[in-house]
Amino acid sequence: MVLYSLTFYLFSSIAVLSALMVISAKNPVHSVLFLILSFVNASGLFVLLGAEFLAMILVVVYVGAVAVLFLFVVMMLDINFVKLREGFLQYLPFGALLGIVLVIELGILFLTDRSSNIYNNQTPLQPINNELENTKMIGQILYTEYFYLFQICGIILLVAMIGSITLTLRDKGGVKRQNINSQNTVDASIAIEKKKVKLGEGI
Amino acid sequence: MTYDIIITGLIIVAQILAVVVPVLISVAFLVYAERKVLALIQLRRGPNIVGPFGILQSFADALKLITKENIIPSGSNKIVFILAPIITMVLSLAGWAVIPFAPGWVVSDINVGIMYLFAVSSLGVYGIIMAGWASNSQYPFLGALRSAAQMVSYEVSIGFVIITVLLCVGSLNLSKIVLAQQTVWFAIPLLPMFIIFFISALAETNRLPFDLPEDESTLVAGFFTEYSSASFVLFFLGEYASMILMSSMTVILFLGGWLPPFDVYPLNVIPGVIWFSVKVIFILFLFIWVRGTFPRYRYDQLMRLGWKVFLPFSLFWVVATSGFLVYFDMLPN
Repeated sequence: MVLYSLTFYLFSSIAVLSALMVISAKNPVHSVLFLILSFVNASGLFVLLGAEFLAMILVVVYVGAVAVLFLFVVMMLDINFVKLREGFLQYLPFGALLGIVLVIELGILFLTDRSSNIYNNQTPLQPINNELENTKMIGQILYTEYFYLFQICGIILLVAMIGSITLTLRDKGGVKRQNINSQNTVDASIAIEKKKVKLGEGI
Repeated sequence: MTYDIIITGLIIVAQILAVVVPVLISVAFLVYAERKVLALIQLRRGPNIVGPFGILQSFADALKLITKENIIPSGSNKIVFILAPIITMVLSLAGWAVIPFAPGWVVSDINVGIMYLFAVSSLGVYGIIMAGWASNSQYPFLGALRSAAQMVSYEVSIGFVIITVLLCVGSLNLSKIVLAQQTVWFAIPLLPMFIIFFISALAETNRLPFDLPEDESTLVAGFFTEYSSASFVLFFLGEYASMILMSSMTVILFLGGWLPPFDVYPLNVIPGVIWFSVKVIFILFLFIWVRGTFPRYRYDQLMRLGWKVFLPFSLFWVVATSGFLVYFDMLPN
């Protein structure tokens, strides 16, 4: 149990500290790297909760794919660090407002859960039935009770995908494309022509 | 109480060492084998001076590299520059925690083993991107960008291949995946997926013919152009260790892990570890053979193969496999 609490505090403190560093690091690439560290620690917390499938999905999807593209874009940008700091005071009130609202919401949730008996009796934080792998447990709920919501999520993602493709797709015209089949069927009879060249004349 | 914790800790450390040390030694011999096989393909002799048949060549090279000066470019981002090879090395060793070498021979037999391997191999791209960015130089940066796009693209088809296998197994546990192949290895019913997985593994480990991140003829040495001495050794070790890791993954998913080809008398006496190693060595030989045979892909060809050929085909195969399993009522439990 001591080891459990120690690992919990290790993961959570690193997650919180690196989340802080995401918004305070001067270099945007460092910010993204701290974001990744924070994700990895969050997935460590999931493992401690016994939700190993969620932990792995978090790493595969967010760290392995989304954050790579983040890093990709941030590295390519030519960022002026001084300009980046300029709007700080201008955006501060709005950001602070958002933060305060979030803290209040979290506080309300925490307090109400503590005072009612939902917290203690009906929804335990850890799965009771440990015999079933939690991958199967998620599947059994996701594809039965939440089937329609799951499908709607898929459709929303599809719409977002089509939207982003139509936004970025511009038919420039005059783009040279290669036809793989026609290239592969080229042989000497098409590519080479033999000519008799007279001395001193050329073609 | 504390005594117990110390004992368990020591056992865990011993288990980790029992996996990591053989992996590192096999990396040394893999490098030697690669040079020797390539030499034979190209009608040369290969390393033959250090030790009998040149067997100790890799150790001599490693010693030489480690004793050289470690140069950190003045324009580089020092912390990230030093961190990048360490991350590559650590990730290529971390995956070994879940690999079952024989029944029960596994450091951590977790439920989501294959997901863990997938996650670790998808994290491998960070070492390369960080190295390319921190070097603050054009060639490494180009190499890093290429590899980021390449690894993300081929992960998609690897994901679908893994899903196909999982449909036939009904579990994400690696030992169960191996045991599900007792009647027939998945390489036979899922042969196209096996081929796609092998080719994607080549791309995922940045091996020829997909080694564009370190394309010598255009990018000097790609993402590790600025690295020298020990940090270069870490990259080198990491790359070959992840090559062996991907081969083990191929063996577990498609070639029946530690199982003998047929469960008959002379074959099933041989221990599982030996079968496992023989299969891994076979896949590694394929890696080297491909390197000695095929020319490098152009970048647009690489992307076309990943997105326009492998992705639709593996997606189709996932649907076809699940349809087949449902129709004939062969879904596992």
